[in-house]
Amino acid sequence: MNLIKTTDLVAYYDDFQALYGIDFELNAKEVVAVIGSNGAGKSTFLRSLVGLIQNENQQIQYKSEPIGACSADEIVKLGIAMVPEGRRLFPSLSVEENLIIGNYSKRLGKWNLKKIYELFPVLADKKSNPGTALSGGQQQMVAIGRALMSNPEVLLCDEISLGLAPTTIKDIYAALPDIQADGTAVLIVEQDINQALSVSDRFYCFQEGRASLTGKPGDVSREEIKSAYFGL
Amino acid sequence: MEWIHLLIQGVLLGGLYTLFATGLSLMFGIMRLVNIAHGDFIILAAYVGLVVIDVLGIDPFLALLVVVPLMGGGGYILQRVLLNRTLGSDILPPLLVTFGLSIIIQNVLLEVFSGDSQRVNLDNGLDIASIQISEYISIGVLPLIILILSILVIVVLQFVFYKTELGRAFRATSDDQDIARLMGISNKHIFGLAMAVAMAVVAVAGVLLSMRTNFDPSVGPSRLLYGFEAVIIGGLGSLWGTLAGGLILGVAQAVGAHIDPGWQILMGHIVFLVILVIRPRGLFPRSID
Amino acid sequence: MANMQDFLVTRSTKASQIAIVMWVLIIVALISMPLAVNRGDMRFIIEIAYYLTLAQMWNLLAGYAGLVSVGQQAFVGLGGYLMISGAVYFGIHPLVAIPIAGILIGVISIPTAYVVFRLRGAYFAIGTWVVAEVFRLSFAQIQSLGGGSGMSLPASIVKGMADGRQAREMLIYYTAIFILLGSMTLVYTLLRSKYGLALTAIRDSEPASDSLGINIFKTKMIIYVVAAVVTGIVGGLIFLQKLRISPDAAFSLPDWTVAVIFIVVIGGIGTIEGPIIGTIIYFMLRELLADYGAIYMIVLGIFAVVTMLWAPKGVWGVISKRFNLQLFPVHRRLISDTEAKK
Repeated sequence: MNLIKTTDLVAYYDDFQALYGIDFELNAKEVVAVIGSNGAGKSTFLRSLVGLIQNENQQIQYKSEPIGACSADEIVKLGIAMVPEGRRLFPSLSVEENLIIGNYSKRLGKWNLKKIYELFPVLADKKSNPGTALSGGQQQMVAIGRALMSNPEVLLCDEISLGLAPTTIKDIYAALPDIQADGTAVLIVEQDINQALSVSDRFYCFQEGRASLTGKPGDVSREEIKSAYFGL
Repeated sequence: MEWIHLLIQGVLLGGLYTLFATGLSLMFGIMRLVNIAHGDFIILAAYVGLVVIDVLGIDPFLALLVVVPLMGGGGYILQRVLLNRTLGSDILPPLLVTFGLSIIIQNVLLEVFSGDSQRVNLDNGLDIASIQISEYISIGVLPLIILILSILVIVVLQFVFYKTELGRAFRATSDDQDIARLMGISNKHIFGLAMAVAMAVVAVAGVLLSMRTNFDPSVGPSRLLYGFEAVIIGGLGSLWGTLAGGLILGVAQAVGAHIDPGWQILMGHIVFLVILVIRPRGLFPRSID
Repeated sequence: MANMQDFLVTRSTKASQIAIVMWVLIIVALISMPLAVNRGDMRFIIEIAYYLTLAQMWNLLAGYAGLVSVGQQAFVGLGGYLMISGAVYFGIHPLVAIPIAGILIGVISIPTAYVVFRLRGAYFAIGTWVVAEVFRLSFAQIQSLGGGSGMSLPASIVKGMADGRQAREMLIYYTAIFILLGSMTLVYTLLRSKYGLALTAIRDSEPASDSLGINIFKTKMIIYVVAAVVTGIVGGLIFLQKLRISPDAAFSLPDWTVAVIFIVVIGGIGTIEGPIIGTIIYFMLRELLADYGAIYMIVLGIFAVVTMLWAPKGVWGVISKRFNLQLFPVHRRLISDTEAKK
């Protein structure tokens, strides 16, 4: 069963068209990667899914219900959460407050403060610090924890490895199996192709606002991906 | 001894100014909204109090129980219906819309209540009672109650801001609106609630003002200026700073009044401008910005 | 897509060319007006002239430089007081005292700007208001200028201005028209100069214009000082006509700033045409509702709020969008080469 399905999704910033008819599916338990270069429309796509950009209602469906025109605060209540690019922790909230506010929607499920601290033990010691006083990797953990606190059925991750050291990236991706354990679908947006393909079941490659290639990482050659990525 | 007396009078005066400033500080802190009609809302609350006391025949302090929810609810509706439409990157709409509201409120009050000066009298003589401490120093009971209430308001708000879910939502929305929405926080609703809280404080300020001084429909703008000066003196984004700003302004005005009655307000303005020049971010600015 | 050289930059439009003819006719009408109308009407035109001048100045500040001041009454009041002081204490002819007052106000406005420029946006607005209050309260303390109750321009000075009342009124009338036309020309020239371009750039994006080497502080300072000087000159004229000044009248927020803001907002902020339309609407409403006092202000207030929310470019914005009109060609437009040759 598909959780998220977009049909001919278009998106605009004022007069500028950023997405040209994206057809996309994300099924339960799947990890799907969206790759593409800077400006390919990946972030616009995520912002559309979470309602930060309003779209035609029918163009995005969640569990077969149209949600394209829903606002961001409604969408999180339906079970879609996002880890935003650049982490964007609330600077005037402590680590723990950042996590608590993640459950503002009051959705029930397996995630709570205790479970997040088990997933990322390093955060437990820093729970009273302001979120912005942490290292980049730890901030990323808070951002992921904050999104998980809403007990999402779909987790969207925007460039979570950006600006982090390779070992830190490994630590963060190590949490993926736990996140998926009870069927949560994960959508990963990355510029780093290798990272994204190594963890995903399927992928979409975006180029200039269009999905230029889709498939399973094993079925597609490097050459095809390269050409879809750079538009050669 | 005279200077101690002046200092005490100033601090007592400052209690009211703190209340004027707190509402402004809240609105700016959460929504980046500067409400030019703020002073007129304070005077509106004073008139609402006047009517409530008159119609229900209750004690002015009990009138707070009616005026506070009334103004708070009105604030929520005002924000949802009118002011949310003005918020955005352009500063002109909120400024000019609240400016228009200011003129509308003043003139509606003038039509309904006339320009006559009003005052709420306390039958128990509380308004003239004072505690004599020494030959030179006496403390008015009513101003003392007002000061205590204003500190109480700050304590309660501090609690709401830092210990409750609503406070977290306020701070999160103030930090980053988009991400707050991703948490399920509706910014329109939160702004409505922020205005409700600010208007509740405005209601307290208005009712207490009506017991302490004479007022008429035209005195709102100067309350806005006092509140504004207290906010800037204290430093943006800190409630305790706002209290300090209110008290400093009160003392400045008391000292001015002592020199010459015509200097009371002027001295407050001058102290404000001097602090603006030497400490543009105020005396106690919030460290995170 | 056309090449760069296929486009021309132009500011004039067909409507603006017709408008030139219209302006000439209006100016001729204004100059010959005293021959046709009575004293009351002349006073009315003078009032319209100084409100329109004040509106142009506030629009220059708020609409073009983003400096939303609620304290322009400071300069109106200073203009009035400096004119009267010059006439009474230095024996200067009032009409000479007015430009001198303007220069002095320009000097005073510079340190003032350094203080209020520390505040941004809406805080700037309230800061300018505080400054105006400081002037009002300070002048109330100056006993030689009548303190809180103010003073009148002595009859001897008034009589000495010109031969008889009629000549005096003509003098004030032509001064008012001269100031109006002068200030409109000034705004027009300023907006067509490099400062006009700089202002547009700043309005679009401060960081971007900063990186392009536009000195934002200096540009805003120039606009602030120009607006202060002209506003002060108008203040001098206003109190020369009124013959009496007091701190409350001179530094009146409702009279010199509230009315002006309503004029500009309702007419259309950020255009030269807006204040003209706004002034016409303002005086029409005033004539209609003159007997209702407070109701008049309530109607104006509602009008302004509604305009700001649903037609933020004002009445002129609606008209110019509907008919694609521009009577003062200050905006640069790109037209294709072929269109230009037509």
